[in-house]
Amino acid sequence: MLQVDHLKKTYGAGDDAVEAIGDLFFEVGEKEFVCVVGPSGCGKTTLLKCMSGLLPPTAGEVRLRDERVDGPPEKMALVFQEYSRSLFPWMTVRQNVAFPLRRKRLPKAEAGELVEHAVRSVDLTRFLDRYPWELSGGMQQRVAIARALAYQPEILLMDEPFASVDAQTRADLEDLILEVRREYGVTVVFVTHDIDESVYLSDRIVVLRPSPTEVQEVLDVDLPEPRDQVETKELPEFASLRAYVYRSIKRKQGEAPAQREAASAAESTPA
Amino acid sequence: MTRRTRLLAAALEVIVPLAALAVLWVWSANQSSYYYPPLSDVLSTFNDTWIFERFGSDVVPSLLRMAAGFSIAVVLGVAFGLVLGRSRRARIGATPIIEFLRAIPPPALLPFGILVIGVGNSMKVFIIAFVCVWPVLLNTIDGAAGVDPTLEDTTRVYGIGRRDSLLRVILPAAGPQIFAGVRTAVSLALILMVISEMVASTNGIGYFVLQAQRSFAIPEMWSGILLLGILGYLLNGAVVLVERRVLRWHRGARASALG
Amino acid sequence: MTSTAARLRGRRARSGRRPRVPDWALPWLSVLGVLALFEFLSRTEIISSDSFPPVSQMLATLWDHLGTSALWEAIGQTLEGWALGLGIAAALAIPIGIVVGSSFLMYRSLRGIIEFLRPIPSVALIPLAILIYGSGLESKVFLAAFASFWVLLVQTLYGVQDVDPVATDTARSFGFSRIQRLWRVTLPSAVPYIATGVRMASTVALILSVTAELVIGSPGLGRAINIARSGGNVELMYALIIVTGLLGWFLNEIFARAERRVLHWHPSQRSGRRTEPA
Repeated sequence: MLQVDHLKKTYGAGDDAVEAIGDLFFEVGEKEFVCVVGPSGCGKTTLLKCMSGLLPPTAGEVRLRDERVDGPPEKMALVFQEYSRSLFPWMTVRQNVAFPLRRKRLPKAEAGELVEHAVRSVDLTRFLDRYPWELSGGMQQRVAIARALAYQPEILLMDEPFASVDAQTRADLEDLILEVRREYGVTVVFVTHDIDESVYLSDRIVVLRPSPTEVQEVLDVDLPEPRDQVETKELPEFASLRAYVYRSIKRKQGEAPAQREAASAAESTPA
Repeated sequence: MTRRTRLLAAALEVIVPLAALAVLWVWSANQSSYYYPPLSDVLSTFNDTWIFERFGSDVVPSLLRMAAGFSIAVVLGVAFGLVLGRSRRARIGATPIIEFLRAIPPPALLPFGILVIGVGNSMKVFIIAFVCVWPVLLNTIDGAAGVDPTLEDTTRVYGIGRRDSLLRVILPAAGPQIFAGVRTAVSLALILMVISEMVASTNGIGYFVLQAQRSFAIPEMWSGILLLGILGYLLNGAVVLVERRVLRWHRGARASALG
Repeated sequence: MTSTAARLRGRRARSGRRPRVPDWALPWLSVLGVLALFEFLSRTEIISSDSFPPVSQMLATLWDHLGTSALWEAIGQTLEGWALGLGIAAALAIPIGIVVGSSFLMYRSLRGIIEFLRPIPSVALIPLAILIYGSGLESKVFLAAFASFWVLLVQTLYGVQDVDPVATDTARSFGFSRIQRLWRVTLPSAVPYIATGVRMASTVALILSVTAELVIGSPGLGRAINIARSGGNVELMYALIIVTGLLGWFLNEIFARAERRVLHWHPSQRSGRRTEPA
């Protein structure tokens, strides 16, 4: 569905050039939930901006359904980390969620139905006519998610969307995103620096290593569905995957990856 | 801060201005200078002159000139400000011209207006508009150029069209700054209205005040000054009211950001 | 960076073309363009050259008068009114602002009076100034000082009240006296506001000086402009207007630079810097 093909991004030119992304290659399948995880400052946001067509890549390309992305594609929605700055403060929740639909020129009733459905999915129906700044941080991020859903994208990109909310809200939002993803059948690319979050949410994890950013490795996550904050995180597989990703990120470039089985065995053996 | 201090402050806020007024009243009644007539005389002249003897002949024309010049300035300032705010190169090109034109002290333009347009109403409207446009224009440019990048990215990701993004994203985002410019423009409009009527007019409040002074009608002159003060106060208050209404979201958003 | 600009740049990069006009040339081009446009409009009599002569003639007249003492005298007279007015306003407004602003009770008592007097258009006092001070320098100074006083007072009040309460509390907890707190905490954080206020007040003082010269006839650039107009010397009138504009620009530039030095660390002042009440 989505291919990142030898993507490179360099800021500036000549001696001042900063290489934000070295050479990235990975794919996202239909209806997949893929987490991109890497340490802070490894160009995750730059990657997302290139994937969404907000930034032109220096070399390589991003393809969505075999079409080259060279501007924000109509089938794509993006949820930013800074919910307080990505919602329009002069619009109510309803207006915020409805605003992107103007591009689609839908009949009024149909657009209204999409808005209400999306807002119901994130459980904010009671706050339809409130302004974003009247809501808590977690609720604001739910509005941003509802806005993305109402837009009916085939692929949803999320840039560390839960990094600025407290732990409990974060857990609730993680479950919410898994739920709406099932409901809407949307492909999700979720960027995070939080290893627990990436293991808990995804079908596959793309581990990045920094400067120059490249793919360290890609892991399948075969934890049972549906995920549960307590039960899933109790599973030995969860713990071993988590440890594995952690080591993968810490590992230096060029070192051979440790055997995954060995790692999980070491992790799950009771002391 | 204690409850007592608060109460005291609230009381002082009422008492001190009233006391000042009383002192002024007594002082003006008991002094002999020809230039400072008793406040009671000024008030009764105010009553005779402005309610509503000269209201139609002087106040209405003044207000109309001001409203026309001010509206033209706001429309042009916002429109050009949005364009210049969104195009860096246009902004670079326009800056020296804007900087020069707005640096000309406005009254220096009066002779130019009289020469090119004449002494009629259109000259006064032109001068008012010409002077009021700069604060609106510059603030709109600042606001439109400084839209939060995350909002811009959001607008682009969702493919919002040019028109919608200009009118529904950039314009409201620049709103707080635009209003700062509009507030300045209102006080400038009043000032330029007065000056232009003093220099070349046969009616209007500015004309009246200067004529009153020239014919040594001192209480009339003071009543005109008082009227201008009241007008300034009311206009300023009106803009603040409109701003509070239009930018309700801004105050709310800022209050919640400050926690 | 604006999204449009980014998109344009992207398109340009892809098609491999550089912008033909470099950024530094844009201001020059636009100034030359506007001058050429007015020259053209006047030469072709689209605007009557009697009331709007060609720009080249205005500049030539300006050049001729640069050598005369009359022009410099007029500039000096205008600057005299400006400087005295601004100086008196600063000497009164800044101390009053600091005292009133740092006392809660005093501020609340006087707030109503300030809010009522501030929006009064200073030009309304022109007749009074003529009555009391006549048509000389005093009238000009009185008007300039009155108008710039309010601008400076309000900015000083803002500045004193914007002091971070945490800083004041910290100072208090370290046992600083009231005077020490004023000197060490309040003043430094109010300085950027006062600097902005001085710049705004300078503009206002210049406007009122020129107004007094035009309306009352105090000697200076404003009166010279009026004399040139009534004497039919149109080129000179425009030359003097250009001089007045350059003077305004020059004064603003000086204070803007000084201001940037004082408040480079103060982000809150960045927005709304162009709010200039008069």
